[in-house]
Amino acid sequence: MLTQTKDTEERIWTLMIWSSVGLISLGFLWILGDLLWHGWTQLNWNFLFSSPKNSGREGGIGPILISTSLIIGVCMIIAWPIGLGTAIFLAEYTQDHHRFGRLIRGSLDVLAGVPSIVFGLFGNALFCQALGLGFSILSGGLTLACMVLPMLIRTTEESFRAITSDQRLAATALGFSRSTTIWCILLPAAMPGLLAGSILGLGRAIAETAALIFTSGYVDRMPESLLDSGRSLSIHIYDLAMNVAGGNPNAYATAIVLVSLLIIINLTASWIADQWTTSNQLPT
Amino acid sequence: MDNIQPAPHLTKTEAQLPGIQTWLPYQSTEACCEPVAHIRARDLSICYAKHLALQRVNLVINKGCITALVGPSGCGKTSFLMSINRLTDLIPRCTVTGQLQINEFDVLTPSTDLLHLRRQVGMIFQKPTLFPFSIKKNLELPIREHGKHARKTWATLIETTLQQVGLWDEVKDRLDQPAQALSGGQQQRLCLARAMVLAPEILILDEPCSALDPISSGIVEDLIVSLRGQYTVIIVTHNLAQARRIADDVAIFWAIDGIGQLIEHGPARTIFESPQHELTSAYITGARG
Repeated sequence: MLTQTKDTEERIWTLMIWSSVGLISLGFLWILGDLLWHGWTQLNWNFLFSSPKNSGREGGIGPILISTSLIIGVCMIIAWPIGLGTAIFLAEYTQDHHRFGRLIRGSLDVLAGVPSIVFGLFGNALFCQALGLGFSILSGGLTLACMVLPMLIRTTEESFRAITSDQRLAATALGFSRSTTIWCILLPAAMPGLLAGSILGLGRAIAETAALIFTSGYVDRMPESLLDSGRSLSIHIYDLAMNVAGGNPNAYATAIVLVSLLIIINLTASWIADQWTTSNQLPT
Repeated sequence: MDNIQPAPHLTKTEAQLPGIQTWLPYQSTEACCEPVAHIRARDLSICYAKHLALQRVNLVINKGCITALVGPSGCGKTSFLMSINRLTDLIPRCTVTGQLQINEFDVLTPSTDLLHLRRQVGMIFQKPTLFPFSIKKNLELPIREHGKHARKTWATLIETTLQQVGLWDEVKDRLDQPAQALSGGQQQRLCLARAMVLAPEILILDEPCSALDPISSGIVEDLIVSLRGQYTVIIVTHNLAQARRIADDVAIFWAIDGIGQLIEHGPARTIFESPQHELTSAYITGARG
């Protein structure tokens, strides 16, 4: 009798767990399938490299891919060093209970939850207007940097904190300066976490729409400099789907490109993190 | 000092190197050499926040000898050890008062060059603390950090040091492999090698054998014995038999009313054969601790 109850309980649990996994996978497959179903026929090399024509109903997404890469590039070049610096400060130079550290951490957590449209308005006010950068790739990249920084800092900080104190103690006992300890011992150990944080940030940045409408604008021609306005993939999808009648097929095709990019970035990052871990630690 | 001969474990070259003192061969529990004070603690007390962990320790540690710090847990042995290379600075709200000298050099003054101090005092922890890099990089990092050697001499220095800890033959073909793939005993010997590439005068070992199996522990213990004469070795151990086997001097620490104190110290033979303090005699006979 006791065994039977246990068996039933076990089965219910297993069923619940498999159902949740199934639901999640189904959701993802549904979206992917829908995109492929509607957009597959539009996809070819020409679509990837040519300019959009007739408001995007025809032609491709060449300039949009370039603008997106530039925006993401600016965002990461700015966010990486600032994020890393702040994370190192929080993890290595402030104590857990220190008031200043707590204040910064609290602010970052709030900022991480702020809707992207608010970042867009902030970016518009600061970069486009106050700093006179106008609607440009630079403004868009800087705004995205502000948006991904809180998450990047917190994940990087956590990966520094996850390193056992033995390593710090051993380095200190060997007479290593603090900078050597951080750069040569802790940073390599924190690298997988840092990469994970960057990928989350990159993913959020590449899929961002609201913050970019107000900052990088939506001009769809090939950008000539960072001060040119440029349309990102997500804005292109939004514009084709909402404002251009008959733009749906190309919107679907663009979405396939965007999702594929996200998948490629994720796989690359996991691969790099794996390589990093296995080359430095115990073979598992 | 006239009758000093090179210890048998020293190679000819090592014995002839200028500046490296050589000592009499190891003779059971006899003093290993004519005692020359190397580290002096006077009224040394250590406080964690408001808790007094160690009270007024007065202890002289002799040069080139192996001094074992023994006693039950929580009696301040490790705290004492960590004050020698000022690792106590890393512990929040830890204060060390009194005087601690290495030769004539005052360790506790705020102006102490900590990087230099920690280069002079190599430390080994209970668990091997190798960095997650290759065997070679683990040894290269301290050499590079302290920048005393030209890059072309690194390989020789690494080989000599690994030979000193008896690891060369075991790892010479896999210097580029992850250090953390070595066995526990090998890791601990590599930690010793890593401290020794900096040519410290003093080695402080915090229970270096306690996380190892008996065979590895024996190998590490033999290695520590072979360091006698070349380094001043201070070892914290819970293993009284080990202290009896390897130590020239023994210091017994005890927590009285929760406060760590040094209750007795002296040559190992005296401590083990005719202890003065009743707690010492209860401890070494196994009645306490």
